[in-house]
Amino acid sequence: MSVFSEVPQAAPVAVFKLTADFREDTDPRKVNLGVGAYRTDDCQPWVLPVVKKVEQMIVEDQSLNHEYLPILGLPEFRSSSSKIALGEESPAIKEKRVGGVQCLGGTGALKVGAEFLRRWYNGNNNTGTPVYVSTPTWENHNGVFTDAGFQDIRTYRYWEPEKRGLALAGFLADLENAPERSIILLHACAHNPTGTDPTQEEWMQIADVMKRRSLFPFFDSAYQGFASGSLEKDAWAVRYFVSQGFEIFCAQSFSKNFGLYNERVGNLTVVASDGENLARVLTQMEKIVRTTWSNPPSQGARLVAVTLTTPELFEEWKGNVKTMADRVLLMRAQLKAKLQALGTPGTWDHITQQIGMFSFTGLNPKQVEFLIKEKHIYLMASGRINMCGLTSKNMDYVAESIHEAVTKIP
Amino acid sequence: MMAMLKSCGRISSVGLYSPPFGGSPLRASTWWSGVQMGPPDPILGVTEAFKRDTNPKKMNLGVGAYRDDQGKPYILSCVRKAEAQIAAKQLDKEYLPIGGLGDFSKACAELALGPDSEVLKSGRSVTVQSISGTGSLRVGANFLSRFHTATSDVYLPKPSWGNHTPIFRDAGFQLKAYSYYDPKTCGFDFKGALDDILKIPQKSIMVLHACAHNPTGVDPRPEQWKEIAALVKQRNLLVFFDMAYQGFASGDTDHDAWAVRYFIGQGHNILLAQSFAKNMGLYGERVGGLTVVCRDAEETRRVESQLKILIRPIYSNPPMNGARIAATILNTPELRKEWLVEVHSMANRIIQMREQLVANLRKEGSTRNWQHVTDQIGMFCFTGLKPKQVERLTKEFSIYMTKDGRISMAGVTSDNIGYLAHAIHAVTK
Repeated sequence: MSVFSEVPQAAPVAVFKLTADFREDTDPRKVNLGVGAYRTDDCQPWVLPVVKKVEQMIVEDQSLNHEYLPILGLPEFRSSSSKIALGEESPAIKEKRVGGVQCLGGTGALKVGAEFLRRWYNGNNNTGTPVYVSTPTWENHNGVFTDAGFQDIRTYRYWEPEKRGLALAGFLADLENAPERSIILLHACAHNPTGTDPTQEEWMQIADVMKRRSLFPFFDSAYQGFASGSLEKDAWAVRYFVSQGFEIFCAQSFSKNFGLYNERVGNLTVVASDGENLARVLTQMEKIVRTTWSNPPSQGARLVAVTLTTPELFEEWKGNVKTMADRVLLMRAQLKAKLQALGTPGTWDHITQQIGMFSFTGLNPKQVEFLIKEKHIYLMASGRINMCGLTSKNMDYVAESIHEAVTKIP
Repeated sequence: MMAMLKSCGRISSVGLYSPPFGGSPLRASTWWSGVQMGPPDPILGVTEAFKRDTNPKKMNLGVGAYRDDQGKPYILSCVRKAEAQIAAKQLDKEYLPIGGLGDFSKACAELALGPDSEVLKSGRSVTVQSISGTGSLRVGANFLSRFHTATSDVYLPKPSWGNHTPIFRDAGFQLKAYSYYDPKTCGFDFKGALDDILKIPQKSIMVLHACAHNPTGVDPRPEQWKEIAALVKQRNLLVFFDMAYQGFASGDTDHDAWAVRYFIGQGHNILLAQSFAKNMGLYGERVGGLTVVCRDAEETRRVESQLKILIRPIYSNPPMNGARIAATILNTPELRKEWLVEVHSMANRIIQMREQLVANLRKEGSTRNWQHVTDQIGMFCFTGLKPKQVERLTKEFSIYMTKDGRISMAGVTSDNIGYLAHAIHAVTK
């Protein structure tokens, strides 16, 4: 008799299943527009040149060891990461009311932040505090907040299919109607999966409502630098909120902008009203970390810290980031141009208006199915494509296939 | 204050953005006034105090990390070689699967269960790469919380590693204890343990330290393990082994895994948390594995799918670096051989320090029974010292340890062992 006989088979995570199916596909024309990782024009993973350089430095440095990091992580990593998010001249940093918690990727940062909020925000252990995520959002957001214990996860309008853009009026209305002190999960830039970001003016309107309604901003920043090519531009929303006096959480990921996907490098930046509150918050963060992973992995954090704190390496990194962002922008421009040249029905401006790794093409599930089954082009059922999966070599094939899908299937 | 508020544009909104617990209208409002200051970590506190001490003879015996005979962290030679090999391969950094590096998980399971394990041959276990011992315990605890709803009780040995309690509590369990350490003998309270286990309600979860019990260093003997296994079977308890010191305890990896393998052989479908922090010196790389032994391959698939569902919202997938090092070592014959030699020598140094400590205490003229120092095994030694004696050691001799009298033998060297013996004798004579 087994204690596990009643354990049901869980459905596989969709995005990984897509990649698994892609791998098994033997068709030479196959294209993977699924999982979110950068690819070069040869469709290869890209280890950033600056990362290779710093890795070599680490391997050769005999003075380094594998000792435990402190519970909250490598101090130089934490401070330099928060500086990246908030800016070199950040008044909040100068006022010593900013802290960082090194976490396992962006996911880990979201997790620690969510656990903290459940225990200490809006009373103690208030699992009834509403948490708002965008419609749509990264599918793991729901899981993170649910597993942290939150029982009331709601959505705010975000993507408007008809105009293929931001549903601003609905977004603002939903914030207006959110109970005070609700937690609002915001994508700092390069919204996943739609690639649609609010403009600066729109962010100001969002901040305005959130201030009036006493809503808590929890930023998910997984693409800083990767979206526009500029660290400052991509951090504008986060910095604006801080300048407006909000206390915020910002879950930072260095998976994409450093290409350090598998080293799980993330930072939860906490901006509090003052240093005294910050100190207490960090002691409680330690307790959460201690029962989850005790202390974070050192390799990736070292790499990032060295890069961010060494001027020449920092410049080189920014260049590498711009290389990636520029390639994505080029693919966007070319895809849109090809679809327009083919006379594909519909408007395709959203492809260049959207930003970051992903594009919500607007393709419907039937068209998506056609692309996967008939054309061996793999994308998410939502119509989300990873622009990085596009190359100069497969661009024509993909554009023509999209054209076929749209014209053949209503 | 006013200037600060003006400069960050807050003044105009102070009246509208009201803090939940009230607060001066001139102070910036905050959500965190109700956040309590977390209690200081007792072990960290020891290290902090040690750092501040200016006595050149000071000793830090709180540290839970191996040190060589010069008191320095030890980077295993096989680790350096593995790192060089890996660097030369110029691998990419693509996400690992949720369950981690396959080469690692497989080798990790084999190391624990043995290459001839029937469990491995029949594919009725799943091993996921996890974040060292803590991460393995936590994911395992979360899994049990969700799927082993027959109980909300977890039984720990008394005492146990300090972090066991909050890990299982955060996973939703109530913590209970079974007798384990006998302070009168500084040894195993075998009768007490059996008496307590007899009373544990069926289907409860029972945590066992596979070897080198932390903090006491007291392990059951094989015949005692056999009786425990039989009783646990009789009580129908779900066993969760914590194995953080395989190889590090006796110097032999198969020897240290004996209890785990025996229980499995007796039909216990266990959970097992493994850590490579100590035995490969990979502390900060966070290398570990969680294994769930199931009834058959079909059940294993279901369990594996659920483990992934649990892991994804915590950290998505595990870190590569340490797992890659461990896998390279375990799967490369020369490196594996070298590793076994190095692990043996680390364990040996600890064993020698134990023997020399007892010898030195006798030389000092101590007539107390110090047999437990050599009977105990692994990194830690429960000296039997009382809190007042521990306090004297710290105040008079700058020797730092936890209040329970636990010392880390890893902090003892040929250089300082004489001083340690002298000090211990001074406070116990």
